[in-house]
Amino acid sequence: MSRLREMLDRGDFVVTGEIAPPLGTDLSAMRTSVETVAPYCDAVNVTDNQGASLHLSSLAASRVVLEMGHEPIFQQTCRDRNRLALESDMLAAWTLGLENLLAVTGDDPRGGDHPQAKGVFDLDSTQLAQVAAGFNAGHDMQGRPLKGGTDFFIGAAMFPEAEPWDVQRARIEEKIAAGVRFFQTQAIFDLDKLARATKVAHAHGAKVIAGILVLRSPRVIKFINERLAGLMVPSHIAARIERAEDAAEEAVLLATEQAVALRGVADGIHVMALGLDSAVPRIVREAGIRT
Amino acid sequence: MIITRPRDWDRVRSQLADLGARRVFITGCGQCATVANTGGEAEVLAAKARLEAEGIEVTGWSVGEVACHSGGQRLETRKHAGELESADAVLVLACGAGVQTMAEATSIPVTPGLESVFLGNVVRHGVFEERCQMCGDCVLDRTAGICPVTTCPKGLLNGPCGGMWDGMCEVLTDRECTHVAIRRRLAEQHRVKTGEPLPPKDYSKKLKPGRVDLRAERKAAARPGMGEGS
Repeated sequence: MSRLREMLDRGDFVVTGEIAPPLGTDLSAMRTSVETVAPYCDAVNVTDNQGASLHLSSLAASRVVLEMGHEPIFQQTCRDRNRLALESDMLAAWTLGLENLLAVTGDDPRGGDHPQAKGVFDLDSTQLAQVAAGFNAGHDMQGRPLKGGTDFFIGAAMFPEAEPWDVQRARIEEKIAAGVRFFQTQAIFDLDKLARATKVAHAHGAKVIAGILVLRSPRVIKFINERLAGLMVPSHIAARIERAEDAAEEAVLLATEQAVALRGVADGIHVMALGLDSAVPRIVREAGIRT
Repeated sequence: MIITRPRDWDRVRSQLADLGARRVFITGCGQCATVANTGGEAEVLAAKARLEAEGIEVTGWSVGEVACHSGGQRLETRKHAGELESADAVLVLACGAGVQTMAEATSIPVTPGLESVFLGNVVRHGVFEERCQMCGDCVLDRTAGICPVTTCPKGLLNGPCGGMWDGMCEVLTDRECTHVAIRRRLAEQHRVKTGEPLPPKDYSKKLKPGRVDLRAERKAAARPGMGEGS
């Protein structure tokens, strides 16, 4: 059974991290990243062609993470596959021992490295979660019984800071109704906004893992504000990193402070290291989550 | 109406060169391509002047009532039979449907001069916007008359996606997120969303190529013992 699910059910404060599969077949850098990040996490997300850019599949990379002795969260976007392929890959994921599933929309191809690609979006993230819930109930999208079902721990993305709030609230409720049991949020800078979102999720029995970004340089902040979906780094945060003598060090301090603050609001943290993997062990230790 | 855009002229020229065309007949469309300013009389004459300036003889031209009407197009080809006969190729300034209609109406090679881009609303004179994909499985009853399949760049039925910020679309950053607009209009009309997400679309209803035969349908309906439609 998914350790992530067990811990969240128990009320433990969880830590998740993020692993990016390579562009190519050489897994050595990814393995190093897993070795650095995963021992400090209860599960690690394995991204699916992140940023609409080509990477080795999340399916294969998630299995690598599992074989290395860690727990993956298999991410599946709706951008690259139609419903047949999505269903087939989800069945494959279960047979490969992948128990955590994060159903996300996926960035638009025009923002990625294959801008000519057709965005599929045969299903959206809510519908994908419904399909996974159907699998858990033993049937496919057509209602046909599966010879051997799944028991996925189904997750989705949440965007507590993206206004209008009433739209976000409706999305949280819809996703939970679709079968989502845990959320991972975009980076949180406003605890009040997270708290109102967490309240909605908790009212329906779903868990919330709050996002933290390691804003390791002013350049990274610029990239996030210009290119990353559903997120703006507030100016006072950006100014703090810009003014710092050692931006990377300041980013770790900031992330650690955020991790401490989030303990009172969320059910866990999701640390997005943005390439600075060594920050993850420090944040987790210095925030007092793990020794 | 069908919105068309002029095809890159170098490409048109190379299409004609590939056909070895020294003499060309040009045909436009009196409907959509006229309104879109791509295949009306003015544009056909401009193409004629352009070809002639490049040393290609234009044997004749026509702008029929509507280029995608098989009967009408056959009539046009009869009216211009001589001009067509002496041409090596027909340059069609109409949508893809018009090009194919012309290809059926004549034995001379036809070649497209426009790109067909979308089914457009005429928002105002000269301003066209895509609002319908003709998916065959309409959801406008559930979405306050705003089509998410068309106006969300990702075509998501349930949204917004994670790219929405301050109510705006991530892909088309100067536009409001379609899903925010849908939810607002539903709220304004006191139509609270049921909470049940829209189900996945039935793409079998958009089997290509589409065909509607009202004659056959009427005949079937008139047959004794048969219900209306099927």
